[in-house]
Amino acid sequence: MKVLVPVKRVIDYNVKVRVKPDQTGVDLANVKMSMNPFDEIATEEAVRLKEKGVATEVVVVSIGPQQAQETIRTALAMGADRGILIVTDQDAEPLAVAKLLKAVIAEESPNLVVMGKQAIDGDNNAVGQMLAALLDWPQATFASKLEVTADKATVTREIDGGLQTLDVSLPAVITADLRLNEPRYASLPNIMKAKKKEIAMKTAADYGVDVSPKLKVLKVTEPPKRSAGIKVADAAELVGKLKSEGVL
Amino acid sequence: MAVLVIADHTNAALGEATAKVVAAAQKIGGDIDVLVAGQGAQGAADAAAKLDGVRKVLLAQSDALGHQLAEAVTDTVVGLAGGYDAILAPSTSAGKNFAPRIAAKLDVNQITDVIEIVSADTFVRPIYAGNALETVQSSDAKKVMTIRTTAFKAVGETGSATVEAVTAAGAAGREASFVGEEVVKSDRPELVGAKIVVSGGRAMGSAEEFHKVIEPLADKLGAAVGASRAAVDAGYAPNDYQVGQTGKVVAPDLYIAVGISGAIQHLAGMKDSKVIVAINKDADAPIFQVADYGIVGDYKTVVPELMTALG
Ligand SMILES: Cc1cc2nc3c(=O)[nH]c(=O)nc-3n(C[C@H](O)[C@H](O)[C@H](O)COP(=O)(O)OP(=O)(O)OC[C@H]3O[C@@H](n4cnc5c(N)ncnc54)[C@H](O)[C@@H]3O)c2cc1C
Repeated sequence: MKVLVPVKRVIDYNVKVRVKPDQTGVDLANVKMSMNPFDEIATEEAVRLKEKGVATEVVVVSIGPQQAQETIRTALAMGADRGILIVTDQDAEPLAVAKLLKAVIAEESPNLVVMGKQAIDGDNNAVGQMLAALLDWPQATFASKLEVTADKATVTREIDGGLQTLDVSLPAVITADLRLNEPRYASLPNIMKAKKKEIAMKTAADYGVDVSPKLKVLKVTEPPKRSAGIKVADAAELVGKLKSEGVL
Repeated sequence: MAVLVIADHTNAALGEATAKVVAAAQKIGGDIDVLVAGQGAQGAADAAAKLDGVRKVLLAQSDALGHQLAEAVTDTVVGLAGGYDAILAPSTSAGKNFAPRIAAKLDVNQITDVIEIVSADTFVRPIYAGNALETVQSSDAKKVMTIRTTAFKAVGETGSATVEAVTAAGAAGREASFVGEEVVKSDRPELVGAKIVVSGGRAMGSAEEFHKVIEPLADKLGAAVGASRAAVDAGYAPNDYQVGQTGKVVAPDLYIAVGISGAIQHLAGMKDSKVIVAINKDADAPIFQVADYGIVGDYKTVVPELMTALG
């Protein structure tokens, strides 16, 4: 079974995001970039499926700038077999990303797509569901547990109020939540090995997909700032303050 | 102009989120219909019919819709989409699951987590864990969006719309099927709509401690219980308690964070609360930068004192 894992290069989750003064976006110059944390979880899950003998090949795809090669290398060092980078200069919108992935899937014919539930930059939480729609495949989002057999996946999903379990027949799209697994750190020998693995370089035009934006970003602004309040000495003083605020 | 609101519900009852999405729909303008897609969902439909500003309630029922499977909800909505300029769902786990699928079937982008409707085609949404707000204009013929319900005030319940049955997509030929559900029933208020939230963090150290410290304080205040990711990952609290960028977003009148450091991802889920209280033994914890009132100290002494002070 072949598993496809889309991965995105995003601002590192520890970086303090700064909005540009001209309100055109956030400042990404000289900030640390990493693999989207949910995509690391998806990669880990796919590699574990391979280690269990369920999957035979794990292919990672990234859509982004040239530097996204590093993101693919990270996944290869974790144990993925080969990569595909579709180079785009602008951040493609979720629907365009889903269309590109659909085109990749037409060539690669994977049995399963495992991907992050959201990217921590755009916070859209959309590509997996959109991809499943375009392929007319079943979807199981926000997975915290995954069991895969030859023709179906049993997925435990995190939902409001608790957990839900679904059976989806393969091929299917699964999106990973935080508790699906804890991604490994790549070992030095595996990082070295990953350097020799193949990354195919492509463009959006190769797949005939238009990635020009459909949503116009009018401005990007800072949220209203909260200022630090006061420290109170003890619980009694706190209760007094909360009563005078009218929240108790 | 006509707007379709996809209801949040549990079949028997309407979820609190629905009235807030209707409020967002009113900001767009035009006729508002509410779709209740479920099974045995007459109760939810009747409740939706009472919401102010609703023209009619559409009730679609099938087994697959009973669990709101994304495939069945999508097919049902796509069948109705011709009559609408905008389709709105709440940013609940169910809404987040099916809305992008609907958008893709209609060949449009989804606008996720809308917090402000500027006009019928311009919307504000948080990005980067709420560290930036993006104002986007959509030229798509149909707008599909999820609504962050904490940003909208629920409409009233004095209406009397009609309930009309519509065609439901069934499970036939569907490759996703429901196996089971573990939903914890609680007498406490729902986390997302609660007026007061008490959250516990990694400092709790164990599930027993979480029960012993956080829950009694919450119950004394009539509050909902929340948690940080660290507390959930460690098994101190169930997954649906998680507040943050990738958990639930809350904006209560009062948010009390106990033993939570205040990571960006946690702040993303609670920084729009009216009053924030932090109890933390580290005076430099980032949570104090957003807290209106902070107590520096060990929760093991502060929380019991707070229980006493509350009487
Ligand atoms: C992709 C991604 C998504 C994430 N999403 C979320 C999310 O949705 N929600 C979320 O919460 N986190 C999220 N996180 C995790 C986040 O980065 C933090 O790791 C997490 O919030 C930390 O939880 P905490 O504050 O409970 O633990 P810690 O950071 O360990 O803080 C514990 C705090 O307790 C205090 N303390 C310890 N003992 C005591 C005591 N006896 N009395 C009083 N205070 C005490 C300490 O001083 C410390 O400040 C996410 C991370 C990633 C990478």
